[in-house]
This record gives sequence, C-alpha cells and structure tokens, in this order.
Amino acid sequence: MVADTSTQINKPSIGDYLKNNIREYGLLIALVVIMLFFQILTGGVLFKPVNLTNLVLQNSFIVIMALGMLLIIVAGHIDLSVGSIVAFIGGLSAIMLVKWGVHFSIVVPLCLILGGLVGAAQGYWVAYQKIPAFIVTLAGMLVFRGLTYLALQNRPIGPFPKDFQLLSTGFVPDLLGFLGPISFSTPWIQFQQSLIDTSTWSVLWPDPQLVMVQWTINNVFALAVALIAVAFFIYKSIGNRRQNELHGTENEPFGFFVAQMSIISAVAIFFGFQLSTYRGLPNVLVVMAVLIALYTFVTTRSTIGRRIYAMGGNVKAAKLSGINTERLTFFTFINMGVLAALAGMIIAARLNSATPKAGVGFELDVIAACFIGGASASGGVGKITGAVIGAFIMGVMNNGMSIMGLGIDYQQLVKGLVLLAAVFFDVYNKNKG
Amino acid sequence: MDNIILEMRGITKTFPGVKALDNVSFKVREGEIHALVGENGAGKSTLMKVLSGVYPAGTYDGEIYYDGEPRRFSTISDSEHLGIIIIHQELALVPLLSIAENIFLGNEIATNGVIHWPQTFARTQELLKKVGLSEPPATLITDIGVGKQQLVEIAKALSKKVRLLILDEPTASLNENDSDALLKLLMEFRTQGMTSIIISHKLNEIRKVADQITILRDGGTVETLDCQTEDVGEDRIIKGMVGRAMEDRYPPREPKIGETLLEVKNWNVFHQHHRDRQFLHNVNFTVRAGEVVGIAGLMGAGRTETAMSIFGKSWGHKITGDVLMRGKPVDVSTIPRAIDAGLAYVTEDRKQLGLVLINNIKENTTLSNLKAVAKNGVIDDRKEVKVASDYRSKLRIRSHSIYQETVNLSGGNQQKVVLSKWLFTNPEVLILDEPTRGIDIGAKYEIYTIINQLAAEGKGILMISSEMPELLGTCDRIYVMNEGRIVAELSKAEASQESIMRAIMRSGEKL
Repeated sequence: MVADTSTQINKPSIGDYLKNNIREYGLLIALVVIMLFFQILTGGVLFKPVNLTNLVLQNSFIVIMALGMLLIIVAGHIDLSVGSIVAFIGGLSAIMLVKWGVHFSIVVPLCLILGGLVGAAQGYWVAYQKIPAFIVTLAGMLVFRGLTYLALQNRPIGPFPKDFQLLSTGFVPDLLGFLGPISFSTPWIQFQQSLIDTSTWSVLWPDPQLVMVQWTINNVFALAVALIAVAFFIYKSIGNRRQNELHGTENEPFGFFVAQMSIISAVAIFFGFQLSTYRGLPNVLVVMAVLIALYTFVTTRSTIGRRIYAMGGNVKAAKLSGINTERLTFFTFINMGVLAALAGMIIAARLNSATPKAGVGFELDVIAACFIGGASASGGVGKITGAVIGAFIMGVMNNGMSIMGLGIDYQQLVKGLVLLAAVFFDVYNKNKG
Repeated sequence: MDNIILEMRGITKTFPGVKALDNVSFKVREGEIHALVGENGAGKSTLMKVLSGVYPAGTYDGEIYYDGEPRRFSTISDSEHLGIIIIHQELALVPLLSIAENIFLGNEIATNGVIHWPQTFARTQELLKKVGLSEPPATLITDIGVGKQQLVEIAKALSKKVRLLILDEPTASLNENDSDALLKLLMEFRTQGMTSIIISHKLNEIRKVADQITILRDGGTVETLDCQTEDVGEDRIIKGMVGRAMEDRYPPREPKIGETLLEVKNWNVFHQHHRDRQFLHNVNFTVRAGEVVGIAGLMGAGRTETAMSIFGKSWGHKITGDVLMRGKPVDVSTIPRAIDAGLAYVTEDRKQLGLVLINNIKENTTLSNLKAVAKNGVIDDRKEVKVASDYRSKLRIRSHSIYQETVNLSGGNQQKVVLSKWLFTNPEVLILDEPTRGIDIGAKYEIYTIINQLAAEGKGILMISSEMPELLGTCDRIYVMNEGRIVAELSKAEASQESIMRAIMRSGEKL
C-alpha cells in the first residue's frame, strides 16, 4: 500500500512550488529586507544587542496576542477588544499585587483565568447568540476600557514588586556562566554614519570602513541555546523530510529546503550571538518561543486546529460534518482572552505601572500583524509563522522609525501602507493563480 | 395571431462537463400564452436565461430572432430594452423597501439623481391597479404575502413597457386563490395583446391558460403542442416530458435486502424561517439493509428538508417524531449524535454545504471523523495520508494528489470527495441528496457503481433525486413526496415515470 500511494503522487515542479508558496518565502524575505533597510538607515543601530533585546521586549505582547488573534481570524471572526483587555487585566493585577499585596504566584494564574472569563463573556455572544464578532468585541472594547477606568479610579497604580517585574524585564540566568565571558576580535565592516541624514533628508555616500572589532560573549547560555535550537531544528526537519519521502508525502524542492534552513539557522545564530554579548535571553523571549511552538503545533497537528481551519473555510460544511462550531468559536475567544491577559501583565510589568490608557490601539497592531502574515479576512487561511513574522515586520518598522526619530505621524502612515501592500499582494496572487 | 414575435433557433449551451441545451428550437406567436414544460433539469430555465441575456451572446450557439430581427443580448438590460422581462422563481424584490421603491429600482423617476416621489407613488398606484392590487405604494414588501409579491413583480415588469413576459414557476409558492388570480391576470393581458411564456409544473394550470405548449427533455426540444387545434390532455403532456431512452445508463445489481435499518415515524417539521408554517406532515418511511430507496418529487416537495431534519435537526424547527435504527430509538438531535447513530447525509449542495473548498482532498476526507486518525487530539499525519489515499484510489478520484484543493476538482470528483468523507464515518445508512447533480454521464455511472457496492456491503441507501430515470434505474423502492407529504410508495415493479408523475399531480389537485 505504501509503495502504491507514493507512485500516485506526482511531485510538483520547482516553479509550481514557488508559485504556491510565494507568500511564505515572500514574507520571510520582506522581513529580512526591512531589517537590512533599517539597519542601514539607522546607521547600524538596529542590530545592536541592546536594541535587539528591546525589539523583543517591545514586541513580545503583540506577538503573543497575534497567536490568539490568528485563531480568531482563521475561524472567521475578529477581536477588537484585546487592547482594552490588556489594560483591564493589567489594572486588576496591579490592584491585587500593589494594593492588596497578594503574591504574584497567585495573581498571575488568577489573571489568566480572568482573561479567559472575559474572552468567554464575549465568545458567548458570538458563538451562541450569533452576533457578529465585530459588534460584540467593539462593545467589549468600550466596556472593558470603561471598567479599567473604574477599577483604577482614573489613576495609574505602581510600582510593582520586583519579582513580578522580572516577568518582562528579567533575563534567564547564565547557566553556563563558568565558561564566560569570552572575548575575541575579528575584522568587521562598519558604517560611520547613516546613509540618510534624517534631519535634512539628504542621502549620504556610504562610508564603509574595515575595522577590528572586539566581541565579548557575556552570556554563554544564550548562544548555547541558539545553537542547540538550530541543531534540533535541522535534525527535525531532515527527519521529517525523510519520513515524507518514505510515505510519499509532498516535499519542498531540495534547493529551497537548503536555502530556507540556512537562512533561518543563520538568523537564529546571529540573534543568539547578539543577545549573548548583552544580557542574555530575556524571560519574555522564552515565554514567547514556547507559545509560538505550542500554537504552531496546535494549528498544524491537532484536531482542534484542523477544525478551526475547516470552520473558517466553510462554516456550514463544517457544521454538517459534525463539528461543534459553536463550542469551537467559544473556545477561540476564551483562548484570546487568556493570551491578552498574559500580554496585559507583561506590559504592566514592563512599564512598572498599570494605567487606564495601557494598550490603546494594540488591537490594530495585532490584527495588522495577522493580515500582513497572510491571514484571510474571510477566514480559513493563515499561519502562526506568518502572524509572528507579520508582528516582527510591524515591530521592526516601529523600532527602526523610532530610532530614526520619525514621529508617530510617519510611523502610522508607513504601517498603513505596508498593511495595504501586503494584502494587495495576497489578492493579486490569488486572482492571478 | 400568426405573427411570430420570438424565434430561437438551434440553441446549444454547455456548462463544464454538461450539455444543458442541445440544438433547441422554440417559436412564440405574438399575443399568446406559451407554456414551457419539462422535468427538473430539462433546460427550461437555462433556455430563458439565454433569451434574457443572463448568459450573454457568445456563451451559447444558435440564433435569437425577436420581431423578425436577429438579436444578440449581452446583458439583461439589452433584452429589457426591447420589452422582454423575466420574472424568476426566486423573486428579486428587496424585502425592506416599499412596493414603489421596488417597482422603480434601478429605473427611478428622477431628475439629476433626485427621486420625484409624488410621481413615483402616482405611477405605482396606476400599475398596482392594473394587476389588481390596492395596497398603498409605501407598503414594505416584507409586509405582503408571496402572492401579492408575485403581482408586484408583474407590476414592475409593466413599468418597463413589457411586450414579452416570462414567468418561471410563478405559482409554485402560491395557494389556489392567488394562483387563479395570477392566471386570470395573464389571460387579461393576452386580450390586450401581450405575449407571455410560462414555465410550470402544474399541468392543470397550463391546460387552463396555454395556447401552445413546448416540451423540453434532457436539454432538447421534444415537441410543440397547439392547444387550439387539438385537445391536449395531461397524460399527453406527461408522455412527452418523460419520453423513453434509458438503457445501459445504470450498472446492474442483484439486491440482497436484509433487516430494517432506518425507520422514521410520524415526522413533523415546521419551516425553518416561517415558523408557524408546518412544512412536513407525518412523514413515515423505512430503509433496509442492502436496499436503495428513492424519494421522488418536484422541487420544494420537502425531500431535502426531510433528510436534513433527520440528520441532526439541521433544518427546520419544532421537529417531532421518532427515528429508529435497527428497531431501537436513537437520538439524532445534533449532527454528531446522528453520525454516531450511523447516519450520513451527502448534501445536494456540495460547494456550499459539502466541502471546505479551500482545503485539500485529504483534509476534507477526514473532516467528519478526525478522531479516527488522531490520538489525544493530535493528528497522525501518516494515518491520515493513508486513509485519504485509500479513498482516492478506491473511488477513483482524479487529481494530481491528495493535496489538491477541492475547489479545483470537477463536479464528479468533488462529489466523490464528499462521499469519501461520509464513507470514512462508516455509516449504516447513507442519505444521498441529488448525488449526480451537475456531473457528467461518465461520472454518474461511477457514482451509481459506488452506490451499488455500498448496498452490496449491506448498507442502506436513501436517494433523493429529481431525475426520475435515475431513481428508476437504481432504486428498489421509491417514495413519492409532494407538498411535505409522502403521497405514494411504489415498488420497483410499480414505479414508472408516469406513475410517479401521476402520484404527484393527483395529490397536488386534491390539496
């Protein structure tokens, strides 16, 4: 039977493969191009270890919420209330931690549960009363923002206990500290100035210079984790590919496989190295990485994930196939609430204060990340990796433009155009294919 | 009276895989009422869509002469310009707009985009008077009954200076009084010189009003009967509609019929949307192991609604009655429970209700029984691939791999994917709703072969079909439904197209 099935499946040509997957490669390439672009524009600041660390800290909550939002969008809905949930849960955590002095080991799980309840409160109306999610969560956006003002009595609450702050400002201790710090020197190309003088908007000639640079690895553990992760990733991918060949499952062309693996590995190692020369792995990065892995697994391998895609693709057919579409919708909203609660606590810890205005406009960044990442507004289509890359594209643009000193005006303008361009790219591809 | 207003010559229209019209010719005299009859799928509506420009010139072969001149309509407004107005079976009125707004929709009495309301209302009142309505023009469409809505459609046609009025099943959803009023109106228009084409299944009505009757069958013209020169009886019409030509289109089968699998008793269902209207009345039927049971009936007879209301109450409300499997009552109140009870329902609308079109063959195949290829909620990729590949080769689904998106498959192959999905749930009774609709002859034969195999394996098959030859060719027993009731049960020996049609017509007249 095995041999039989493998002979039936014609391998797609490289051209077909590129056409079918242009979205994913395009997205990865876009992220790399945007990063290089800002690296040049900011005169090399973007890839500095301090800034890379900041990039992770600033974007972690957008990435975390994008995971939940992707499920909601794939299911065919939308959630506009996440920014308000962020503020609401952040506020509640502050009240419990600061005013009541409850220990954070109780507050954190309690707040996650509260987030789930908030999600359930909205999911109920969407799933069982069939009110469009746009309306329900628009109401939720107002209601939870209002409740936040009420709960905080219009004043920020802070500062938080040290241990809670570590949630977003802490770093994983250097478990391999006995090996470091390691110092060495290599030749390196350096630009002395930015290519564009942003005060006058004049283009300057690049002035690359070959210099000797001394590198110091302060946190060996971070680099080790990056190397282990890359090794594991390569091992798994090769194993998967081999299994696929054995069972006649579709594989990507070998050239693409190698190129993709090389780029991802190089980026991961570079990233790990940069972090290791600063303070190591931020706690948030670990949380984020675990969640990304978990949600990738859920969307690609689990029955729940498959059913969400089927429901978003054709809710009537899914229902007639025996899928409990109401319960599934309900679940995606609870899930979103929990993730928004987590994001809310991370933000509160990062700012070291809960304010009623926290998270204003976050829903738009999160939704934009999903759409840039290739999710379809009509449901059924979208990938976790896409949403994560989409979130980082937004994050790098925010970060790069801030470093360049561009105001919020230009930032919004550029982000809006990038969103439109990304979605146009999707629609164009679809109509052409 | 012998002035020919419309002539269609050699019209051929093909859809992917199906020849809907094959060299059809059709002639209408000025000032007559011309009836167009035929079974479901005979090509009546397609022919009228060709005429009115819904299918633009160039997408079909053949010629249209109107007023003696060749015409090529590329949009509906081209034909409307010449006074050819079509009123479709599904009324094209906007429920929450007023009668006046609907009548002049797209054709407003306005200067520079500003609507002249007094004139609009005055004109509406005139038009309503012509069709015998006295409603105020500001009444919302949703507040008047279906019969009156039909008259508003006609008033709308009149507002466009209609010369040739085409009515597609105008009385299908009307009660007797409303139907009579409508037919009287048509006859009155005839005295004023207007020409009408009426598509209908109700042969008694056709006999009342028609001057000529053209019969279509399987996309071809059978004959045109002139009611003025001969007395055309219903049997004569039925004979023309049914014809004879149905050898070797169905694979042979030796029925081995076993115990009763599915039994439905006193099934009463109210309409999904019109909640106080009872739609199914005391439906009773059985399906035995190894048996293929057909349900015949016209559109709207309640066949699909019967199936869907049984399958997890996915249609209708206030559902009462019993469902028994192997003599034991089972709970079919939700779709997962119906599946557990051993039922499967292959929908008539595979694109909207059967498949997730943007998903591939593999994902669609396992959708209804995902837990069988998963452990603790994690899908076993290899198991799933094997299941999908097995069904793909067993049912001969033609595709380049199981990873092909189902949207890119032909109708027959899509249908096989839907069948795979339900076979993988391992049902005892399969309800097949129009399993061969819109697929070509070759694929039909393959579907019939699959049905035969399933019956041979001891499964019970309940087959709903609007194609009578198909039912006669595959079924061991046929129930006939009309107006939400089972009106006859025919054994294979008793069943013929005439006996089915007669059962439908007789019950229709009784009601």
